[in-house]
Amino acid sequence: MESTIKLTPLTEHDQVLLDKIEKEAGTSINLCYQCGKCSAGCPVGFAMDYTPRQVIRLLQLGLVNEALSAESIWICASCETCSARCPRGVDIASLMDTLRREALDRGIINDKKVAVFNQAFLAGVRNFGRTYEAGLLLTHNLKTMQPFKDAELGLPMMSRGKVHLFPAKIKGREQVKKIFERAEKMRGEQ
Amino acid sequence: MKLAYYPGCSSEGSAIEYDLSTKKTARMLEIDLQELEDWNCCGATSAHNTNKLLAGSLPARNLAIAEQNGMDTILAPCAACYNRLHSTELAARKDNALREKIQEVIDMDFKALTTTISVLEWLDNKVGIDKIKAKVSNPLKGMKAACYYGCLLVRPAEHTGFDDTEDPQSMDRIVRALGAQTVDWPYKVECCGAALATSRPEIGAKMIYEVIANAKAAGAECLVTACPLCMLNLDMRQAGTEKMFKEKLNLPVYYVTELVAIAGGASPAEVGVGKHFVEAISYLQSLPARAAEMEAAEPRPVKKAAKAEPDDSDGEAVASEDAEALQKKIDAMIKGFNKNPDKMAARLIEDEERAKVLVEVISGDEKKTARLAELMVTDKEKATKAAEAFVTGELKKREKESKG
Repeated sequence: MESTIKLTPLTEHDQVLLDKIEKEAGTSINLCYQCGKCSAGCPVGFAMDYTPRQVIRLLQLGLVNEALSAESIWICASCETCSARCPRGVDIASLMDTLRREALDRGIINDKKVAVFNQAFLAGVRNFGRTYEAGLLLTHNLKTMQPFKDAELGLPMMSRGKVHLFPAKIKGREQVKKIFERAEKMRGEQ
Repeated sequence: MKLAYYPGCSSEGSAIEYDLSTKKTARMLEIDLQELEDWNCCGATSAHNTNKLLAGSLPARNLAIAEQNGMDTILAPCAACYNRLHSTELAARKDNALREKIQEVIDMDFKALTTTISVLEWLDNKVGIDKIKAKVSNPLKGMKAACYYGCLLVRPAEHTGFDDTEDPQSMDRIVRALGAQTVDWPYKVECCGAALATSRPEIGAKMIYEVIANAKAAGAECLVTACPLCMLNLDMRQAGTEKMFKEKLNLPVYYVTELVAIAGGASPAEVGVGKHFVEAISYLQSLPARAAEMEAAEPRPVKKAAKAEPDDSDGEAVASEDAEALQKKIDAMIKGFNKNPDKMAARLIEDEERAKVLVEVISGDEKKTARLAELMVTDKEKATKAAEAFVTGELKKREKESKG
C-alpha cells in the first residue's frame, strides 16, 4: 500500500508548511491552471523527474514531501524562463528556490553535488569575503569524490592568469563573517 | 560621467578579460569607473539557494558602501552579480521590514537608494548607440555574430525592464554599431546551464552544445556574451562539449566589451582575447578579408543604395544595415517563389497563360528566381519587364523546337 497516494484534505501540518513555502516564495500555487507553458520552455526539463508543472501539481495536491524530494528542484538552473512565461504570474523560479532551501533545512537532499557546491561556495565567502574559484572547484571535487574532474582545465587556467595560488581577501572579513552569523540566527524570525 | 563599479569575484580570475575590456571601454567612452571600496562577494547563486536573508545581506553590504560614497548608479558586468544586487535593491525598496532586517544583519545604514545596471543597459541605454558609433575607429565589418543574452540579463522582466525577454535587441544594436552583422537566432535567451556544467556535467554539456550548435546553424561565425558564467561554459567547456558530442564546433566567443574596445582601437591582446580557450584572435584578423568577400558578393542594387547617400556620415554603417535588410527581403521573396510560384508569377504577369509559362521557366532555375526576387524588391517595373522577357524568350524557343 506504500505506493498509494491519499488524496484527502491536507493535514494541518502540511497546510502550515505549504503556507510557509508560498509566503517565502511570494507566489500562490493556486493560480496555476496546469497549462504546462513553464515546462515546455524549461531548458532542463529533459533531465527532471517531475517537470515544473508537475512540481506545482504535487504542491496543489498537498504532496509537499514528494515535491521536496524531487530531483527537479536541484536540477533547476534558476534561469527564470518559467516565471517570465507563466500566463498566471506564478513565480515558479522563486518557488524552486524556496523548495531547495526547505529541503536543505529538512535534510532531504536529493542531489548532494549541488548542495556540496553551495556549501563550498559559501564557506569561501565566509572566510575571505570573496569567492576563490580555484579553491571552490578543488573542495567541490574532493567532497564529491571526483578529484580529477576538470583537471585538464587546471593548467590552461593557470597559464592564462585566470587562477591565483592564494585567495583574494577583503579588509572587512570579520564584518562578512558576522553577516553570516547574524543571517543564520535571524533567518527563522519572521 | 562617474559610475560605481562592482567587478565581482570572477573579474579576478576566470573573467579577467571582462574586467580589462570593461575598463578599456569605459575609458574610451570617457566614463570614470570607481571601484567600490573593499567590496565583497554577492553570494550568487549559492546564497539564495541556502538562506534568503543571507542572499539579501551579502549584496546589501556593497550597496551600503556605494551609498556611503554618494554613488547612485552601480555597474555590475557579471550577470549574476547584477541580478543579486539589483533584486536586493528592489526587494528592500518594496519591503521596509526586510530593509530594516538587512540593515541589522550588515550593521550598516542601508536605504536601498542605488540602482545597479548591467553592461547592456549601460551601453545601450545610458551611453547610447550614437556615442558608441562615434568612437568606432576599427569597424568589425565582416563579422557575423550571434548575440547571446542567456538568462539573467533579460529575466525577470520586472528587474531588468529595459529589453524584451524573448527577443532582446540591446546587444544586437551595440554589436551592429561596431560594424558587425548579427544573426537572428532562437537560442539567444536560452540557459547555458550555469553551474550545472560543474555539478551535473551530463546535463550541462547538452545545454552548452545546443546553444553553440544553434548559433552555428543560424550562420554565426562567433558568439558574443555579457556574462562570465556563459563565457566559462561556452568557451572553456567548448572542447569538452566537442568531445562528448563528437563534433567540431570551434566557435570563438567574445565579451561584448572586448568587441567595443577593439572597434574603438584597442588591440585584441590588450583586452585579453588571447586568454580565451577557443582561439579567438585569428577570426578578428580575418575580418578585413571576409568584409571584402562579402562586398564582392553583394547584389548590385545595394551598392547603388550606398552611393545614394554619400553625404551621410554614417553612410557605411547605414549601407551595411540596409544591405542586410535588403538581403532579408530578397531571401523572403525567393522563398515565396519556391513555396508558391503560381501566386508570385501572377504578381508579375496578368495573362494567365503567360504566367504559367513563367512558372515553368523559373522553377528549378535558381539564377532566374534570384534575379526576379532581387528586382521585385528593388524595382517592381523592371521585375515585370524581366518576367515578360523570360516568357517571350521561352515561347520563341518552344516555337523553334516545334518547327525543327
